[in-house]
Amino acid sequence: MEISSSLILNAIVAGVLLGGFYAAMAAGVSISFGMLDVTNIAHPAFIILGSYMAYIVNSWWGWDPIVISIVLSPLFYLLGLVLYRIYYYAFERKGQQSLRSLAFFFGILFITEVVLILIFGVDYRLVKSSYTETTWQLGEVDLPMRLVVPFLVSMAMIFGLNWFLSRTFFGRAVLAVAQDQFALRLMGVDPVKIKERAFGISIAIAGVAGAFLIVIQPVQPSIGRDFIGLVFAICVLGGMGSIKGALLGAMILGLAESFTATFFGPSWAPAVSFGLLLLTMAFKPSGLFGR
Amino acid sequence: MSELLVVKGVVKRFGGFTALDGVDLNLKVGERLGLIGPNGSGKSTLVNCICGTLFNDEGSVTFEGHEISRQPAHKRIRRGLARSFQLPKPFSSMSVAENLCVPILYAANARPGAHHVTPAQALEQAMEILKKVGLAHKGHEMSGGLTQVDMRKLELARAIAAKPKLLISDEAMAGLSNSEVDEILELLFAMKEQGIAVIMIEHIMRAVMRFSERVAVLVAGRKIADGDPEAVMRNPEVERAYLGE
Amino acid sequence: MHNKMSNKVFIPLVYGVAVLFSLLAVLVPNDYFFSAAYTVLLFIILATAWNILGGYTGYVNFGTAAFFAMGAYSTVVLYKLSPGMPLLLKIVIGTAVAGLTGLGMGSLTLRLRGVFFSIATLALSVVMFTFVVNWDYVGGARGAYVIAPRDVPFGFKRYIHFLYVVMVLLSATAVVIARAIETSTIGRGLEAIRDDELAAECCGVPTLRLKLLSTTISGALMGMAGTTYPYFVSYLEPASTFNLSYAVNSIAMPLIGGMTTWVGPLLGAVLLGTVQQVVQVTISSAWNLLIVGVLLVLFVTLAPEGLMGLWYNWRRKKQGKGGAK
Repeated sequence: MEISSSLILNAIVAGVLLGGFYAAMAAGVSISFGMLDVTNIAHPAFIILGSYMAYIVNSWWGWDPIVISIVLSPLFYLLGLVLYRIYYYAFERKGQQSLRSLAFFFGILFITEVVLILIFGVDYRLVKSSYTETTWQLGEVDLPMRLVVPFLVSMAMIFGLNWFLSRTFFGRAVLAVAQDQFALRLMGVDPVKIKERAFGISIAIAGVAGAFLIVIQPVQPSIGRDFIGLVFAICVLGGMGSIKGALLGAMILGLAESFTATFFGPSWAPAVSFGLLLLTMAFKPSGLFGR
Repeated sequence: MSELLVVKGVVKRFGGFTALDGVDLNLKVGERLGLIGPNGSGKSTLVNCICGTLFNDEGSVTFEGHEISRQPAHKRIRRGLARSFQLPKPFSSMSVAENLCVPILYAANARPGAHHVTPAQALEQAMEILKKVGLAHKGHEMSGGLTQVDMRKLELARAIAAKPKLLISDEAMAGLSNSEVDEILELLFAMKEQGIAVIMIEHIMRAVMRFSERVAVLVAGRKIADGDPEAVMRNPEVERAYLGE
Repeated sequence: MHNKMSNKVFIPLVYGVAVLFSLLAVLVPNDYFFSAAYTVLLFIILATAWNILGGYTGYVNFGTAAFFAMGAYSTVVLYKLSPGMPLLLKIVIGTAVAGLTGLGMGSLTLRLRGVFFSIATLALSVVMFTFVVNWDYVGGARGAYVIAPRDVPFGFKRYIHFLYVVMVLLSATAVVIARAIETSTIGRGLEAIRDDELAAECCGVPTLRLKLLSTTISGALMGMAGTTYPYFVSYLEPASTFNLSYAVNSIAMPLIGGMTTWVGPLLGAVLLGTVQQVVQVTISSAWNLLIVGVLLVLFVTLAPEGLMGLWYNWRRKKQGKGGAK
C-alpha cells in the first residue's frame, strides 16, 4: 500500500475527530470512576441506550439525533440519580464495594443489552440527518460531516463541563468530594447528594454521547462492551478524574485507532483500545497526568 | 549480636513530598521502644518501610543481621516481624479464632524447622492464644462485629500469633477509655516474658512513659530525640514539637 | 463453614456419585436429556472454576469466555494436527494451555487494584477474540468443524453419552479440587487475601504467589470445561464461543448459590442451568439471558451471600448465637 501524505493526513484528521467524540464517551467515566470511585462498567450501556433513544425519535419524527439527545438528557440524569441511590444503599454504605458493585454494574450492562435485543433485535440501526451524508473537502482532506458535527458539539460539551467543574460551587464540590468528604460535611454540604448528582451528570453525558455514536456509525445492542475498554483506557490514560486529561487521552486513542484501521484494517481496532489500556495499567497506572 | 533491628538513613518520598528524611533507629532483642511524634511526622510510614508494605527509597533496614529492604512484607513477617494496624483490619468473613489461624499457618509455622500444621490444629493454637489475651469467649464470633477494644486486642493477638521477635503496635490505644488502655498495656507487657521486642507508637503519654525503656521522637520525617524516656520528654526540641513554637 | 468431612472420605464419595450419574447414560432413552445435562455440567465446571478466583480470592474475572475458548480452540488445533489423539490427552493439554494463560494474565495484572484486574480480564477476552477471528488455521470468523469419531469409545451407544460421562467426571474433578483448596491452608490464605489483602500480606501470606495460583487453577478449570465443547457443537465459531453470557453465567451462578463454599457454584449452576434450559425451550434464549441478568442484579443487591449464605444465617439464628460460618 502506498503511504501517501494524503493518506496520513486523512488518518490524522479522522483520528482527531474521533478523539473528540471519544472524549464525550469517556468524560462520564472520568466523573463516575475517576472522581467518585464508582466502577460503572455499564457506562457504555447508557451510551447505547442514548443511541437507541435518538434512533427512535429520529425515525418517528425526523428530528436531529443530537438535538434529541440534549433534550432527553434530563431523563438520563434522573436515571443516573436512581442508579446511584441503589448503588449507594446496596454497596457503598456497607463498605463492600469492589466485588459486588462490579458484579452489579456488569449485570446492569447485560440486562440493558438483552432488553435492547428483545425490543429492537440484533440488526444494525442508523439515523438520517441533514448532514450524515455530506462530506466537505479541504484540499486533500476529507471532512465527513457525520464526524465533524459530533466533534464540534462534543468539544463544546467537554469545555462546558470543565468550566462547570472548575468554576461553579457544585462543580468544585464534586472535585472536593473525591478528595475529602469529611471537609465537605463540615461545610454543611451533603457528600452523598453531590455524588448522586455528579453520577447523574455522567449518565446524562453518556446519553448525549450515544447520539454522537449513532451519527458516526451504525449501532447494535452488543457493541457496548467493545467500548468498555475504550472509556476506561481514556480515563486511566488521562490520570483519572481529569477532564482535560481525558480529552488528551481520547485524542491519543482516536489517533491510534485511526492509524491502525488505515494501515492494518478495522477489525483490529477494538484490540487497540484494550491493548493500550493493558499497557497503561501495567506500566503507568497513574496515567499521563496522574496525581 | 544483640541488635535486632537496624534502620539506617531511611528516606521515603511520595512524589515531591519527603515523608522520611534519613531516619536512623536501632532496637535490641527484647527492648521496649516508644515511638512518638506529632501527626504526619512519618511514624506510620516508618512502620510501613520496616515491615515491607512500602519500600524505602534510600537507606537500609536490617533485621537480625539480614538486609531486608527489598523483601516483600510476607517474607519479613516470616523472619519475625509483626505489626498491628492503626485502623484495625480484621478478616471480616472469618471468626476471631480463624483470624489468628492465618498468621499461625503462614508465619509462625512457615519458618524453616517449624512443624507442618493443619488448619484444624491451627484453630486449636489460635484458641490458646485467645485465652492469653482474654478473647477466648469471643473465639467463634465473627470478627466484623467486635467492640473497639476487642478489635484492638484482635489486631495485637493476630500479630502475636505470628510468633514474632519484634512486634510493632501502631496506635492500638487510640480512642480507648482508661481501663481499656490498661488492658492493652497489660497485653504488651506480656511480650516481655516471651522476649519479644516491642515498638509502641502512641499518643497516650502515660502509656508510653510506663511502657518504654527508651523513647524516640519523630518530627517531620526526622528523628529529633532518642534515649531515656524522662530525658527525652524534657528535651526542649521535643516540647516545641508538641506545644508549637 | 468448613466441612468436618475429611477429603479422604469426600473424594471417593464424589466420584461414587459421579459414577452413579454416569449410569444414567445407559438408562435414559431421551437424547435431549444428555444435551441439556451437558450444558448444566459445563456450567458446574465454569461456576466452580470462577469461584476459586472470585469467591475464594475476591478477584472478579469477566473473561471466563477467553479461558473457555482457549480450551475449545486448543482441542480444534489438536484435532487438526492429530485427529487420532484420544480425547483425554486433548483435555489435559487444553487444560494446561488455559492454565498457562491464567498464569500469564495474572502476572501482568495482579499487581493492580481489583477493579483494574477485572477490566483487564475483559480486555483479554476482546484481544483473544480478535486474534481468533483473524487466525485462519482455526477457521477465523467462519468457524471450524470438528467431527466426532465414528467408533464411540468405551462402547457407548452414542457419542453424546460418552461426552456426558466425561463431563460428569470432569465436574466431579472440579468440585474435588475446589473443596481441597477450600479446606486447606491455601484456602485460608485466599480468604485472607479476599478480606484484606494488605493485612494478609502482613500475616505472612505470600499474596502474589497465591493469587497467581488461584488464577492459574481457575483458568485451567475453565479451559477444561471448553475442551469437549467442539465435539458437543460440531461447529465452533468465535462469536458464540466468546459470548458474554459465559461471563454472566459464571458470575451469577456462584453469586446466587453462595460464593464462600464449593456447594454454592454447584447449587447455582444446577438451579440456574436447569431454569435456563427450560426457558430456552419454552420461551426464547434472549429471555433466558434476561432472567440471568435480573437474578444476578437482584441477588447481588439483596442477598449477596447467595442461597448458601441465607441458609447459614437461618441456621445461625436457630442456634441462637453468632457462630462462625
